[in-house]
Amino acid sequence: MTVENRVAALSNTSLEMRAWNIRRKALRMGEVQGQGYIGQAFGVADVLATSYFHALEYRPEDPEWEGRDRFLLSIGHYAIALYAALMEAGILPEDEIDTYGMDDSRMPMSGMASYTPGMEITGGSLGQGLGIAVGMALGLKRKKNPAFVYNLMSDGELGEGSTWEAVMSATQWRLDNLICIVDFNNQQADGPSRDALAVGAEAPKWQAFGWHAQEVDGNDLGALVAAFDTARTLSDAQPRVIICHTKMCKGVDFLEARESNHFIRVEADEWAKALAVLEKGKPQ
Amino acid sequence: MTLASMARKYEPRQVPETKVATTAMIASLAAEGYDTVSAPFGHALVEQARKDPRIVGLSADLSKYTDLHIFAGAMPERFYQMGMAEQLLFSAAAGLAREGFIPFATTYAVFASRRAYDFIAMAIAEENLPVKIVCALPGLTTGYGPSHQATEDLAIFRGLPNMVIIDPCDADDVAGMVPAMLAHDGPVYARLLRGKVPTVLTRHKPDYKFQLGRAQMIREGRDVLVISSGIMTMRALDAAEKLATDNVDVAVLHVPTIKPLDVATIRAEAAKTGRLVVTAENHTVNGGLGEAVAGALMTAGITPTFRMIGLPDEFLEAGALPTLHDMYGLSVDKVATQIKAWL
Repeated sequence: MTVENRVAALSNTSLEMRAWNIRRKALRMGEVQGQGYIGQAFGVADVLATSYFHALEYRPEDPEWEGRDRFLLSIGHYAIALYAALMEAGILPEDEIDTYGMDDSRMPMSGMASYTPGMEITGGSLGQGLGIAVGMALGLKRKKNPAFVYNLMSDGELGEGSTWEAVMSATQWRLDNLICIVDFNNQQADGPSRDALAVGAEAPKWQAFGWHAQEVDGNDLGALVAAFDTARTLSDAQPRVIICHTKMCKGVDFLEARESNHFIRVEADEWAKALAVLEKGKPQ
Repeated sequence: MTLASMARKYEPRQVPETKVATTAMIASLAAEGYDTVSAPFGHALVEQARKDPRIVGLSADLSKYTDLHIFAGAMPERFYQMGMAEQLLFSAAAGLAREGFIPFATTYAVFASRRAYDFIAMAIAEENLPVKIVCALPGLTTGYGPSHQATEDLAIFRGLPNMVIIDPCDADDVAGMVPAMLAHDGPVYARLLRGKVPTVLTRHKPDYKFQLGRAQMIREGRDVLVISSGIMTMRALDAAEKLATDNVDVAVLHVPTIKPLDVATIRAEAAKTGRLVVTAENHTVNGGLGEAVAGALMTAGITPTFRMIGLPDEFLEAGALPTLHDMYGLSVDKVATQIKAWL
C-alpha cells in the first residue's frame, strides 16, 4: 500500500474498526471450524490492526513486492489472526474465509509460507522467527533496501534459547531495521508464562542486550500507534522491541473471564453468543 | 552415583610404548602417498563468489576450522560471523536466502546435525531455500570423542525432504562440489574435508570430475564391488591395490552424492553377477550409504552377497585417528583384511 493509499484508507476506516473487523473475521473462521486459537486472535487483533493499517508498507495486490515491510509470524498457531488481518488488508480474498483449516485450504491451522500469500515464513516451531528476521534484516541492508522486518512472537517463545541467540546477534549487527513485537498474554500451553521461563521484568532484559525496548498495553490502540512510531523513527542504530501486554479473548467478556487457557474451548452454542457480544461492541 | 546402565571407561589402561598422540582437532586427514591441496573449499568458494554476487558466507565461530576464513579474508564484507550460536546461524542463513542471497553456512557436522536440526528442517528445508551447509569433521575424522564425531549425520539428513547430501572423497570432490551446490536450486548438506586435503580420485581415474547426483566407477574389478563415499573411497582404492597383490580384483564405485542416490548406476553395477558387493562409509552402519544401497538393491530384486563396512552403533573412543580408524575397521589394512575374510 502506498503512503497515499494508506492515508486514504486510514481516513476512511478507523483503527478501531480494523481491529474489530479482524476479530470478527477470526470469530467466523473459528465458528466454521468449531475450534481455533480465538483467544490469541482477539488478544492480538489490536497489534495486527496497528501493524497493517498504521505501520507497514505493502501492496495488497503484490504480496511479494520488494519494497514491502516484512511481517514474520513466528507463532504459527496465531495464523487465524493473521489470516483475518491479511483479508482485512486485501492481501487474501475474503471469500475464502470459510475454508480455514479445511482440506485444500490456503489457510492451514498453523501458518506456512508455502500455503498463503502474505505469510512470510513457516512458523510453529517456536523460537525460529527472530533468527530468520535477523537474516532478512541483514539481507535488506546488503541490498540497501530501507524496508523493516517485523517479527511477531509470543511470550512463550522467550523461553527458547534460540530467541536469545537472535537477540544478541541483532545488537551485534546493529539491526535498526528490525522490530520485534512480543505478544505478552502471559499464557502458554501449560499455564502462565510467568510461572515458566518468562520471569522478571521484560524491558530491562532486552535493554541489557542492547535493544530499544518499549512496554505497552497491547490492547490500547493509541499506545500501540505511539510505540510503533517510536520504533520506526528512532535514529539509534539498534534493534527495537515492543512488548505488548495483551488480554486473551479481548472483546468478548464471557470468554475473557473463562479460566485462562492456551486453547480456549468454545461450545457449539457459544459462537453466536460471542458474535452477539462482539456486535454490541462494534465501533460506530 | 553410577547407575548400572551408565557408560564408564574408568578402568586404568596401558598406554603403549610407541605412543600415538591424539592429533589436534584442526589437523588435516592423513593420507599417505597422496599429494595434497590446501583449503580447497575456501578457494573454490572465493572463485565462485567473484562471479556470483549472491554468495555470502556465515560461520558460527568456526570459519578457521572450516576453511571459510579464506573467503572471509578475500571478501570480508560478504562474511558474517554469527558467533557460537548454531540455531541462529541456520535461521539467519534462511533469512538471507529469503532475501535472494545464497548463504554458505559452516560449522562442525555434529553441531549442524544435532543442535541445529530443527532450524535446518523448518527454516531451510521445508521452504526449499538455497542454503548451503558445509560441515567439517564428518564421521570419524577427529579423535576428540563423540562430542565432535558426527557418526550419524548422514542418517539424520537422509530423513529430511529436499535436502541434497554430499560426502566428498578428496580435494577435487571438495572443489568440484562448490559450483554444483551453487547450481542446485535448493538446500545442500556437504561434508567437508579441510586443511591439507589429498588428491585421490584423479590419480586412479585421470578424467574424474565431481558430478552432483552421479556415482562413478573409479576402478574396475571382477571379484568385489566396493560402493563407497567420502574418505572411504580413498581407503577402498588403497585396499584394492593391496588386494590386487593377492590376486583379488576389486572394483570401486564412488558415490559422493548420498541423496539423491544414483540408484541406476548402483543397481546396474551390483547386478553384474559374480561379485561380492561391499559398501564402505565413514558413518554408522545405521541409516547411511550402506542401508541406502541395500534398499536400492532389494527394491529392484537385486540380491548379491552383500556386506557393509562402517562405524558400529556405538559412541566411539577418543584417541589418535589412525588408531581409531584401525580399531573401527576404516583403515586400509582393516578394509583389505575384512574384504578378504568375506570372500
